[in-house]
Amino acid sequence: MLETISVLTETKANLDVFSETLQQLAATDKDIVVVTSDSRGSGKLVPFGLKFPQQIVEVGIAEQNLVGVAAGLASTGKKVFAVSPACFLTARALEQIKNDVAYSDNPVNLIGISAGVSYGALGSTHHSLHDFAVLRAIHNLIVVAPADNYETEEAIRQAALLEQPVYLRFGKKPMPLLESSTPFEFGKGRIIREGKDLAIIATGETVYPALQAAEKLEREHQLKVTVVSMHTIKPLDTSLLNEIAGSGMPIITVEEHSVNGGLGEACASFLLQNQKQVPFKIMGIPDEYTVTGSQAEIFSHYGLTDRGISEATLSLLNL
Amino acid sequence: MMTDIQVLKRKSVEYRQKILKYIVNAKAGHTGGSLSCIDILNVLYNHTLQVSPDTFQSPDRDRYIQSKGHTVEALFVVLADQGFFPESDLETLCQYQSHYIGHPTRKVAGVEQNTGGLGHGLSLSVGTALAAKMDEKAYRVFTLLGDGELPEGSNWEAALSAAHYKLDNLCAIIDKNSLQISGSTSDVMNTDPLDKKFEAFGWEVRHVDGHDLEQLKNTFDQVPFQSGKPSLVIAHTVKGKGVSYMENQLKWHHGVPDQEQYSNAVEELKLALEALSA
Ligand SMILES: [Mg+2]
Repeated sequence: MLETISVLTETKANLDVFSETLQQLAATDKDIVVVTSDSRGSGKLVPFGLKFPQQIVEVGIAEQNLVGVAAGLASTGKKVFAVSPACFLTARALEQIKNDVAYSDNPVNLIGISAGVSYGALGSTHHSLHDFAVLRAIHNLIVVAPADNYETEEAIRQAALLEQPVYLRFGKKPMPLLESSTPFEFGKGRIIREGKDLAIIATGETVYPALQAAEKLEREHQLKVTVVSMHTIKPLDTSLLNEIAGSGMPIITVEEHSVNGGLGEACASFLLQNQKQVPFKIMGIPDEYTVTGSQAEIFSHYGLTDRGISEATLSLLNL
Repeated sequence: MMTDIQVLKRKSVEYRQKILKYIVNAKAGHTGGSLSCIDILNVLYNHTLQVSPDTFQSPDRDRYIQSKGHTVEALFVVLADQGFFPESDLETLCQYQSHYIGHPTRKVAGVEQNTGGLGHGLSLSVGTALAAKMDEKAYRVFTLLGDGELPEGSNWEAALSAAHYKLDNLCAIIDKNSLQISGSTSDVMNTDPLDKKFEAFGWEVRHVDGHDLEQLKNTFDQVPFQSGKPSLVIAHTVKGKGVSYMENQLKWHHGVPDQEQYSNAVEELKLALEALSA
């Protein structure tokens, strides 16, 4: 069990890691192709475009065409990364994702940048708090929210090789590196911290505040808390869930997503249907258009912080 | 010895017979549109496209992507005739557990993409044609659009990108039968003049009689119409073509003939075939 703070250093934004990893991949593989919808700058892909001008396709602000073109490219064997803000990619182009990518089985890597509430005060048009929910209901699509730089790099490398469509979403804020002995693999949660009193199952950029909450709970209340980075929302790591719930530990899920239809409900559905009834709480963005603020302020407003998550824990444990 | 065009003409009548046969058997289908686009498919598969069951896995094959997925009966009948699968498979069309569903699906040999939602084929075709340019491959991409699906905005997004990337290896064909499910296309949502619109978008456009096999052959032979530009063929067609009581009649969009109607159609097509032999 880890007793001290597991976070070592403040590192880069997952977005930067995405861009660097793609450049490394493209340097030795001419089949790597990036498709953008005027999202080259926001996707940190300007250096990629300069180095590999033959491997980047711009479609302009036209997300439906972005995904359709990406699917056509992928059908010929190209390893395609279609990059667009998560909010537009997964709402405006949802039918293209469903039909042209998932149903037609064209293994496009759909990259939702500035996901969740990364765009902060730009408001709800730019937030993606629906993407897990809608994409979970589409067959033949892996849905992933990497937590840190390591998970992001691995996700990109593994997605490039995988002959199955993948949706990856991340934000633009620097993310601390998490320590875990579990290597990254799609569909396998990573245990970041082990404890016996409660488990916090988080995904994406909420894993770090979940870890901070766990450390605060140990410091202030002597609670031993497990933290899992459940980076893959679908397929869900049900064997890990089974193991955690099997020990009888209460579970809190945390996500930068609506409380409707995301990680929390996916876990609840599995647990309830497998007779694993433990005290359970879903933390995320409630069913409303968010308060105005930065990503950090929005997290704070809805309790997606060390303090908010530890308060929710104490309340769930009736402490 | 029959000339090529005589062979094609016979095939067009036979394909119409089969389209009706399998639609009646399935008790479902897009009858009018399948009959309006069948001559186009006939020429594509029997003359233009470099693709066959033997070459379908080849990265160099020509691609055909049917954006107007609902007229799948026309596609399936032609693919069966090309030897992609036994024609008898079509007896299961739309039946419980069959993978011959009411729209193109890659579970059926010879089908490139799962279509059915409208406004998807052109983007898929642009991506496929772009890949050929990147890899300096010579294959071409043909896609068939309905005139009713053109108000889908994604078509116009795709049309911009095809011209922007100078995709002269891409040919889109509009099956302009001027009808759609709820009425005449010009009443539902006018998209005319299509030629001027696509020309303004940077395409090179040709008009053809979509039932004149010779014209279709010659037109497709000329693709690309201009180097550095995508090609558009506006094929003027008649919904329900070849069965007189169905022609230009809205109710045959997805009407299924009853036994008497079917017998009349069979008789009319039999006479058409005899006239070709005479
Ligand atoms: Mg029409």
